[in-house]
Amino acid sequence: MPPSTLLISRELPTLQYTSTRDRFDETWEAPLSTLLGLGRAAGADFVEFFLERANYINCLAEDETITSIAPKLSTGAGVRVFRGKGDCYVSTNDLSFGGLKAALEKGLAILGLQLPGPNAYVPETNLELLRDYAIKKGKEAWLPACSSMQEMGEILLAANAQLNRKATHVQSRRAVYFRDWQEVLVAASDGTFARDIRLTQSVGYNLLCADGTHRSSISKRDGDTSNPGFLRTWDYATAAEEVADSAATMLYADYVESGTYPVVMANQFGGVIFHEACGHLLETTQIERKTSPFADKKGEKIAHESLTAWDEGLSPDAFGTIDMDDEGMPAQRTLLIENGVLKNFLSDRAGSARTGHPRTGSGRRQNYAFAAASRMRNTYIAPGEYSTEDLFASIDKGIYCKKMGGGSVGPTGQFNFAVEEAYLIEQGKLTKPLKGATLIGEAKEIMNKISMCSQDLGLAAGFCGSVSGSIYVTVGQPHLKVDSITVGGR
Amino acid sequence: MSNIDQLATNAEAIANKLGIHKFDIYGSTVDETSVQVDQGEPKQVKASNRSSVTVRVWNDAHSMGITSTSDIDPTGLELALQTAHEASFFGVKEHVPDFSPEATAPIPDEPQEKIGLAPVSELLQHLVGAEKQLMEAHPAIKGVPYNGLAQRDTGRFYLNSQGATRNETRSYTSIYLYSKTEEEGKKPRSAGAYRISRSLEQLDIQGCLQETAEKTISHLNYQKIKSGKYRVVFSAEAFLSLLGAFSNLFNAQSILDKQSLSTPDSLGTEIASPLLSFCDDALHSANIAATLFDGEGTPTRRVPLIDNGVLSGFLHSAGTAKRMNAQPTGHANIGAKVTVSPHFYYVFPGVAAAQQYSLETAENVILIDDLQALHAGVKALQGSFSLPFDGWLVNGEQRTSIESATVAGDFLELLKSIIFVEPEAELTPAGVCPRVWVDSLSITGE
Repeated sequence: MPPSTLLISRELPTLQYTSTRDRFDETWEAPLSTLLGLGRAAGADFVEFFLERANYINCLAEDETITSIAPKLSTGAGVRVFRGKGDCYVSTNDLSFGGLKAALEKGLAILGLQLPGPNAYVPETNLELLRDYAIKKGKEAWLPACSSMQEMGEILLAANAQLNRKATHVQSRRAVYFRDWQEVLVAASDGTFARDIRLTQSVGYNLLCADGTHRSSISKRDGDTSNPGFLRTWDYATAAEEVADSAATMLYADYVESGTYPVVMANQFGGVIFHEACGHLLETTQIERKTSPFADKKGEKIAHESLTAWDEGLSPDAFGTIDMDDEGMPAQRTLLIENGVLKNFLSDRAGSARTGHPRTGSGRRQNYAFAAASRMRNTYIAPGEYSTEDLFASIDKGIYCKKMGGGSVGPTGQFNFAVEEAYLIEQGKLTKPLKGATLIGEAKEIMNKISMCSQDLGLAAGFCGSVSGSIYVTVGQPHLKVDSITVGGR
Repeated sequence: MSNIDQLATNAEAIANKLGIHKFDIYGSTVDETSVQVDQGEPKQVKASNRSSVTVRVWNDAHSMGITSTSDIDPTGLELALQTAHEASFFGVKEHVPDFSPEATAPIPDEPQEKIGLAPVSELLQHLVGAEKQLMEAHPAIKGVPYNGLAQRDTGRFYLNSQGATRNETRSYTSIYLYSKTEEEGKKPRSAGAYRISRSLEQLDIQGCLQETAEKTISHLNYQKIKSGKYRVVFSAEAFLSLLGAFSNLFNAQSILDKQSLSTPDSLGTEIASPLLSFCDDALHSANIAATLFDGEGTPTRRVPLIDNGVLSGFLHSAGTAKRMNAQPTGHANIGAKVTVSPHFYYVFPGVAAAQQYSLETAENVILIDDLQALHAGVKALQGSFSLPFDGWLVNGEQRTSIESATVAGDFLELLKSIIFVEPEAELTPAGVCPRVWVDSLSITGE
């Protein structure tokens, strides 16, 4: 006979849980452990709840006017149910016990399971003591310490005025800022019970210059994940100068002549090439789909011996830094490639179950509407032994990609990147600016062509869109040389 | 959407309590189920039932603030109205958005119905069957790494404190299949297709898998292509994706913001070959995702954009129409700053072509089936693009898949370089469009 203290399922409708509405704290333990127990009693192998509250605001200054201040509040939850290697994910806005139970019931039904009958004993899940990163790291004070609407407006207008002083041929100038505050709670049938608060902020410029038929558009963003006063400390004077200089340089740039060239990629956002061409292919999400050429290459050489690469969630203030992932696992530092040899993949819970690769604290999602998937955090190529000058000196005719735009990788490993700001390299020297370049190639091939890395590792904030939505990431690298790559142009 | 009246009553009571006299609310609900499969087994099933609303509040000084929320019970709504009221004191002082003058105008009496969602088991059965057929279509097809079958019931509504109330409900079912090949000594190749319809019964699953199979197989024997200038034929999907990427040309808000290749004076100028005409038509009979009103409650309609090569219209919100002395066109998205976006393009031939072309007799022509990475390769404010594509080199009956290449150019020059718009249009999720022939575009291959 089960002990009489166990919950009997017929008692469920009479339960009165009093979880706090405005905070995810210990009061959520009782309802969630009951629901997790219900899911297990129904026959699920694993059940996970992800609860989220978000408080987002963005502010836009155009020329001399604040044209948009848009707050967005959201609450929601997602329940993921596993049966064998199959799983389902149900999301809802209803965080009441009844709402969460309905979502669970729907998930169970999809997998052919149903809640136990009225006289069944329901073993509640024993959750760990709440692992509360928000309290541990003093994050509860973050939101009130952020800039007010008034302050946002004042700073962006001052920044825009500074840009106007620095730039010429201005057609339009924008200063943009957003603050994304997110509180999450994860409870799972393996006992995981963890809470975190994340604060992501980003600020930057979009500048469009025009002179007759010549046009240039330059953007620049900075990001932060732990400083409520980030906007107050934004060095917009330096940013304005950088953006204005780039826009002026690119205004009269020639279109690049298409062909195959050796290329020097700048540090910081140049790291997007590794993110797209290799990083995504090391996610178990891709391994599961059999869309990664590296799926069976662990322990083998997949890149030039000069290349070592990391993905981690620990760098202070970096845009992809997290204390725990969206499955409640503490962040880690994961060695991806060491001297050209593939060492590890990035894995979430489902990816681990389906591929056998251990979890790496990489289960991430945009919000409660998405199931977590293996995603990158702060991903970068480690510094090498060369100076930047060595890289340029090794090239007779090539392209310097100073500022990269976005890019993507296809299901067969083909990648492409736009280059926002490029220069022709002739006899080791930069000779003229070029625009309209696109870098295209195959991930497998390009990794063996990264032959020289300099010592100046730099990181940059970025956004990454994939199966679990858009998330904040860092890309990075030192200056590096790619021996040859196809450059699309005119 | 039976709760709209309740929501309106709640909003009015809360607004009165907070001293708010003018507000409007745009909201949506979605009830969705989607499935994916992998090698005959369910991979992930997703379901959701979500709602969200955006409230705009005007303060006594007539400036406006906004807040969005997914928490639409009275407590959540009160917080949203309160936050929007707070934000209103930082709203713009000039060109303040206002209610659309057409928010109470009659809208077409379209059927509004939700079609009951089919059981997940039925969705899985269909998708597993499609995957199996696709894998059997050719020995080289080793997987369908991206696939999905989704059903969605959606509801939208708009209401304001002057009594406007609109709502509509729709059901959609869609499928996408993306298969991949593996052959010894060859690079993996892939291709896909997408279909959407009102219900599972109407969904053309067979057509989707047939198109996927045919395209994938057609890419098996590929070759590099020499870089140079080529005559290019854009498929309906490829041309519509370019049009979408450069939609700032027709976007009144972008024009007012100087974020467009057009200016207010561009109207009436010839910007394209006279062979080209097109309009934006949310109410087109082929538009499965037709919407009857925009985010401000303005009825949608057909808006001519290019008429025989001449720029003939812009897409407007209530605010841009007022500033440009025009009529709202039903293209507004509610926001602190109201934005404008197209619904459904309808492209068709303009003046009769002096010379007609056919792929059957074409020589050394590139047929672009699908453009990729538009987010990275399009410089919408500069008018330029440089994009990877899937396509074939066409020489009469012979089509050779192109291994890897990009197409680059200037969009305005491309519009002028159109030499033929085929008479037969094809339906895609983004619109209806025939194949469009363009002369002398830069292709980077080998």
